[in-house]
Amino acid sequence: MTDFEFLNKMAAQVRRDVIRMVHRPSSGHPGGSLGCADFFTALYFDVLRADPKHFTMDGTGEDLFFLSNGHLSAAWYSVLARRGYFDVKELSTFRLLNSRLQGHPTPAEHLPGIRIASGSLGQGLSVGCGAALAKKLNGDSHLVYTLHGDGELQEGQIWEAALFAAAKGIDNLIATVDYNGKQIDGPVDTVVGLGDLKAKWLAFGWDVLETNGNDMPALVKTLHEAVEHTGKGKPVIILMRTQMGMGVDFMVGNHKWHGKAPNDEEFAKAMAQLPETIGDF
Amino acid sequence: MKYTSTGNKDTRSGFGAGLYELGKVNPNVVALCADLIGSLKMEDFSREFPDRFFQTGIAEANMIGLSAGLTIGGKIPFAGTFAVFATGRVYDQIRQSVAYSNKNVKICASHAGITLGEDGATHQMLEDIGLMKMLPNMTVINTCDYNQTKAATIAIANHVGPVYLRFGRPAVPNFTPADQQFTIGKAVKLTEGTQVSVFATGHLVWKALEAADMLEQQGISAEVVNIHTIKPLDEEAIIRSIQKTGCAVTAEEHMMNGGLGDSIAQVVARIHPVPLEMVAINDTFGESGTPEELMVKYGLDAPSIVKAAKRAIARKNN
Repeated sequence: MTDFEFLNKMAAQVRRDVIRMVHRPSSGHPGGSLGCADFFTALYFDVLRADPKHFTMDGTGEDLFFLSNGHLSAAWYSVLARRGYFDVKELSTFRLLNSRLQGHPTPAEHLPGIRIASGSLGQGLSVGCGAALAKKLNGDSHLVYTLHGDGELQEGQIWEAALFAAAKGIDNLIATVDYNGKQIDGPVDTVVGLGDLKAKWLAFGWDVLETNGNDMPALVKTLHEAVEHTGKGKPVIILMRTQMGMGVDFMVGNHKWHGKAPNDEEFAKAMAQLPETIGDF
Repeated sequence: MKYTSTGNKDTRSGFGAGLYELGKVNPNVVALCADLIGSLKMEDFSREFPDRFFQTGIAEANMIGLSAGLTIGGKIPFAGTFAVFATGRVYDQIRQSVAYSNKNVKICASHAGITLGEDGATHQMLEDIGLMKMLPNMTVINTCDYNQTKAATIAIANHVGPVYLRFGRPAVPNFTPADQQFTIGKAVKLTEGTQVSVFATGHLVWKALEAADMLEQQGISAEVVNIHTIKPLDEEAIIRSIQKTGCAVTAEEHMMNGGLGDSIAQVVARIHPVPLEMVAINDTFGESGTPEELMVKYGLDAPSIVKAAKRAIARKNN
């Protein structure tokens, strides 16, 4: 039985972690991390079959997750630490010199949980497809998950991978999209609109699910539903409607918080809205 | 001539043969190709090991990402396409998903250099060695003939880490031993000489041997060294040779900027400065023509190496 009270508490703590993490170096990307705090929490605490205490690069016998939009590193690191991949104290080193918690994720620092570098957008779906193919070759029935930004879908490589995954029947893959409608220069619709996104993925031959990425019960239900959709010849994608900056009133829905850290005054205001639920790092 | 060719063969066929051998003995070896199976000579592997072969279509960026992902499941991917698409087109994918992530991907690039020929400058990749050698973690290899390409293909499967393996299209003299052991990063001295060192890579190795022959007929003793691995560079072998000869020529089918000559110049300048001449493409794109015509027009032939050797010796003696 899923403990939604716990998941919501955890997601709230992750949001608080994110703001504290980007405030210290005065640098980072709070908007997307706040918007996807619920997703990372649901994935790692309710869906992903993986052992945080025995991380291996090849992930044999485990589900794998790849963060394609690497600038959501703060929320991912927070959830990895909270899940037990490494000590939560290390979250205080985010973006500082000599840290394993690089601005964008990398396996180069040997941080448990990270298998590929990301940051330059559009590459994670291809990597996920490759890892999914390896699982099939190895007779490993576990799944591969990826997360992408909606703005990231403007990258051509995403559509190369989308075409390939469907053509080759990669059905042990669940891609997810942080569908918040925002990117650095403004609303996605005014930068380069994605049009009918669901129709596009359907036309590419994917099994498409939709959900509210900031509604924990709905999100968890859809993630489990997606698992049921695997193994049927098609790759699966979940379009998650989210709000950039969710949880901090002056950040919600504002693309200006894509890649900006709060100043001291803004930090205090944000902290007042983000309760310490599990315990600060 | 101290070396005899057993006949002309293309280096890409050496790659195809090596890959097929690997397929038979190493179940973790997988191969990917972006719609150029015939050109890359990957037919044998793709036919015999269909479960381990992935046709990616004309989507090189995806092919590099797929390769990086496959390594995570313990596979050893050999990704094949033309050098121009294997490097410049996918530089960012290689940089982030392969080199920075330190993934065990083998990027196998055929039709490198100007000897691609008639297709012209769009396809004549002359900057790839520079692009790849600048990436941390990347090993860069440029083989000289069929036998060496086959041996190198087999050898890189046992090296854990990203590798760029560069070879070509035309049939060229096959003169290195069929049973050679290929050691990454170990230069191969082909002729002993005392007056000038000739450091060559790829198709220029045979041209360097021809040049050494021409020089010998003129009473000049040249030492030819095959630098099949540009990174990591065999600095010891280079220094040992120039300490003896006192001057050097580099020869490659690549841009002077960023190529083998530029790597060797760094070693020479830092450790043992001597006159150094470079036979390479000098900051220009290529054009259509037969491989042989292009090698002559762009100064990548034996007479060009002979002239460079004489310039180097003259500078040394001044």
